[in-house]
Amino acid sequence: MKFGRVIGTVVATRKAEGLEGIKLLVVQPLDEHRQPRGDPQIAADATAQAGPGELVFMVGSREAAQALPVVFVPADLAITGIIDEVDDRPEFRKREPTAGWTAS
Amino acid sequence: MYIGKVVGNVVSTIKISHLEGRKLLLVNQLDLQGNETDDYDIAVDVVQAGPGDTVLVIDEGNGARQILKLDPGAIRAVIVGVVDQVALSG
Repeated sequence: MKFGRVIGTVVATRKAEGLEGIKLLVVQPLDEHRQPRGDPQIAADATAQAGPGELVFMVGSREAAQALPVVFVPADLAITGIIDEVDDRPEFRKREPTAGWTAS
Repeated sequence: MYIGKVVGNVVSTIKISHLEGRKLLLVNQLDLQGNETDDYDIAVDVVQAGPGDTVLVIDEGNGARQILKLDPGAIRAVIVGVVDQVALSG
């Protein structure tokens, strides 16, 4: 899953079968540091509770559809959670690798 | 699969049912020299990994569903191992 920021809503009255009642949101994909990366996308909101401004995580490809109530639907990006907190303090990165790494 | 480094914890209260009770970790993908890259995943942990650990990550839906015993399952990235040793030759 990747980070995303909800930046808008999309309303479509006529939709493909199975997408009825699914909320569509505009999301800006983010990198690991929660900075924008790539173009905005439209995601189906599998939590049904996300809204503009929120930091979320999303799943893409075929797994997106599996997050929705009807599994066999045309969706390739779904919001699967709303993020309360990311604890990625710098010292985590500075820790020495736990694996030995050798090249010969 | 790829080798990554756990660089954070992700906390979420409102999430889909497939993720209930599962620990989510932020994993940076490492290159073959063990350096951090721009790629990352928010991954489900099934091996009690923690920040700083070098881990093995699968990013594929069918494998994830099998490990987590979910069907359907809207999860792709799962930490499936803690790496002890990487040895490259040639």
